[in-house]
Amino acid sequence: MELWFTERHTSDVKFSIKVDKQLFSAQSDFQRIDVFDSKEFGRFLTLDGYMMLTERDEFIYHEMIVHVPMAVHQSVKNVLVIGAGDGGVIRELTKYPAIENIDMVEIDELVVEVCKKYLPLTSCRLDDERVNIIYQDGLKYVRTRENEYDLIIVDSTDPFGPGEGLFTKEFYGNCYKALKEDGIIVNQHESPFYQEDALAMQRAHKRIVESFGISKVYQAHIPTYPSGHWLFGFSSKKYHPTKDFDAAAWNMLGIKTKYYNTRLHVGAFALPSYVEELLRDVE
Amino acid sequence: MELNQTEMPVYEALQQMKRERIVPFDVPGHKHGKANLELTEFLGEKCMSVDVNSMKPLDNLCHPISVIKRAQQLAADAFKAANAFFMVGGTTSAVQTMILATCKEGDKIIMPRNVHRSAINALILSGAIPVYVNPDSDKRLGISLGMSVSEVEKAIEENPDAKAVMVNNPTYYGICSDIRSITQLAHRHGMKLLADEAHGTHFYFDEELPMAAMEAGADFASVSMHKSGGSLTQSSILLTGQGVNPDYVRQIINLTQTTSGSYLLLSSLDMSRKNLALNGREIFERVRALAKYARDEINSIGDYYAYCREIINHDSIYDFDVTKLSVNTFDVGLAGIEVYDLLRDEYDIQIEFGDIGNILAYISVGDREREIERLASALAEIRRRFKKDKKGMFDHEYINPKVVMSPKNAFFNDKRQVELNEAKGCVCGEFVMCYPPGIPILAPGEIITQEILDYIRYAKEKGCFMTGTEDIEIKKINIVTGQ
Repeated sequence: MELWFTERHTSDVKFSIKVDKQLFSAQSDFQRIDVFDSKEFGRFLTLDGYMMLTERDEFIYHEMIVHVPMAVHQSVKNVLVIGAGDGGVIRELTKYPAIENIDMVEIDELVVEVCKKYLPLTSCRLDDERVNIIYQDGLKYVRTRENEYDLIIVDSTDPFGPGEGLFTKEFYGNCYKALKEDGIIVNQHESPFYQEDALAMQRAHKRIVESFGISKVYQAHIPTYPSGHWLFGFSSKKYHPTKDFDAAAWNMLGIKTKYYNTRLHVGAFALPSYVEELLRDVE
Repeated sequence: MELNQTEMPVYEALQQMKRERIVPFDVPGHKHGKANLELTEFLGEKCMSVDVNSMKPLDNLCHPISVIKRAQQLAADAFKAANAFFMVGGTTSAVQTMILATCKEGDKIIMPRNVHRSAINALILSGAIPVYVNPDSDKRLGISLGMSVSEVEKAIEENPDAKAVMVNNPTYYGICSDIRSITQLAHRHGMKLLADEAHGTHFYFDEELPMAAMEAGADFASVSMHKSGGSLTQSSILLTGQGVNPDYVRQIINLTQTTSGSYLLLSSLDMSRKNLALNGREIFERVRALAKYARDEINSIGDYYAYCREIINHDSIYDFDVTKLSVNTFDVGLAGIEVYDLLRDEYDIQIEFGDIGNILAYISVGDREREIERLASALAEIRRRFKKDKKGMFDHEYINPKVVMSPKNAFFNDKRQVELNEAKGCVCGEFVMCYPPGIPILAPGEIITQEILDYIRYAKEKGCFMTGTEDIEIKKINIVTGQ
């Protein structure tokens, strides 16, 4: 018997992983949640049939979405995390003793429950005493906040489905308001490669550029996401991601990482020419 | 007679036709889509295969004797009316039918001035004379309200020869008059009661909502099934009460209605009627809850005022339709139309309309909380980014129209085009309105006053979509030169 998980990356491209067994499947109020075991990628989580993370490559995504802004802003104390029900972002954030409070706003309580049970690799620090989990629509939560956070991390699903509201101008505008005057927002920024993803990426970029003074994009290689080429957005009212970046200070912290390092930090903002052009088109 | 509301006669006849694999040697010439592949690709084969002409098993809208007749009976039963007529020319054609069936040339009809253009269009067709009742207006909200019973009574006493009274049930903004008392009043004076229920289809299926016209004893009601009822755009139903001769109504409908009624529209009416009859209560309970959630969220932003039943004054606001999400934007210092444009252009949100002081977002069972959240968030952002001093905002007042000529006489009279600012004091020969909501600012036969010209200039300045005049740019206006 062969059992395969298949995700459609475009109407003509499929990506498959051979499944050892399915551990969990349920429909929440928001989406379908599945957990599988596989030989090559270990355990993996999908939402509405889209790959969210695998044990094998999740470190790339989580390290890149957290350590890049943390190496730029030297005194982050209050963090807002939107989405991130798997806990991977929280795990990386809790490596910083200077952080005093982390508000995590996740729309789907069942995702958190499932990850706590089946994905301890990412959910291991969700019980940290600095973490407050709020089950709410991120868009709604951020609307009521003003001048509160040093850092906002938007770990969203794709812009079709429950995550759609997190790619809108009203969301970015509300985040601007929720950040302090030297605050940073980092977001999952889709992929530039396949045409449909590239359009979503451009759309998100256009919306965020309209809201923040500094908006840069950086990249990472994530094998299980469509095309493997993935982008993150870095936006701020004050800090430039490479000019205001203090490599020595971050290295002094002694945080152990598998993907991120301070040389890669600078390099990640150097983008392929076609990606630069896609971004320029909407700036 | 208790009918089985799970039946869908038009739908079932179309399904049967498909099963029989009839070879079409009749119109339409696209022959189930085969003659226009690009269109078929776009609309889908299923859709094209039922875009057919009247034929024996499918009945005929002009002269219904089988499945359409049955479907209309089911609709009448669902709406608790004596008779129901499927309309394929929109609620506009239903409104015109009500007026043409009750008023002949020179007959008077009592109506509020904030009727839809279709009602005044019908006056142009019939030659009836409008007697306008001043709909009270709310200064704070900047909108026209309903008719108070005493105002209607006064109009009836002054015009005992009037043939009918027309009531908006509700207005676009969700405001209801006391339709039961007005109906009784009209009937006591031998007048028919016509209800424009373009925005009130759902009243028939949820007892928590304001009273529906048929329940109030009205003689006619035009219900826009395609608005809250879920049928296709342009489909509508005309309901009539016990005292109305249905065969005469059918003749009136056939004066202007197509002889090639679309089966897409007819089946959508049939299927939506079933859905409403079986699930209406649940559907509108959900819509009420969503609208309440939206109002609470929007009111918590500050400055915006999403109004509800608290505005009821037991007279000109006798009742309020809580499924309507009308939001006053006056305290944000922005005209409703400006907020409408910002929502569209900056936030990719399309709402129903914006007028001088309000926006209206249409809520249906197809919405979810997360879409409501986008609207609330975008409104919060608009306030943060664009809030202005409200000084200089137009203070809406009801402008009492001076009708000096019947709309028909004015519209078909000798006319001359003049610049708007030269038209003061002249008799207007056409309509001027913002669309939506489509309530005329000026109608044919009315005197053009400075007040009205100021209002038109302000509405244009704020970006209202103006329409109605022969001059597509609304710079010139037709004035009546004959008698």
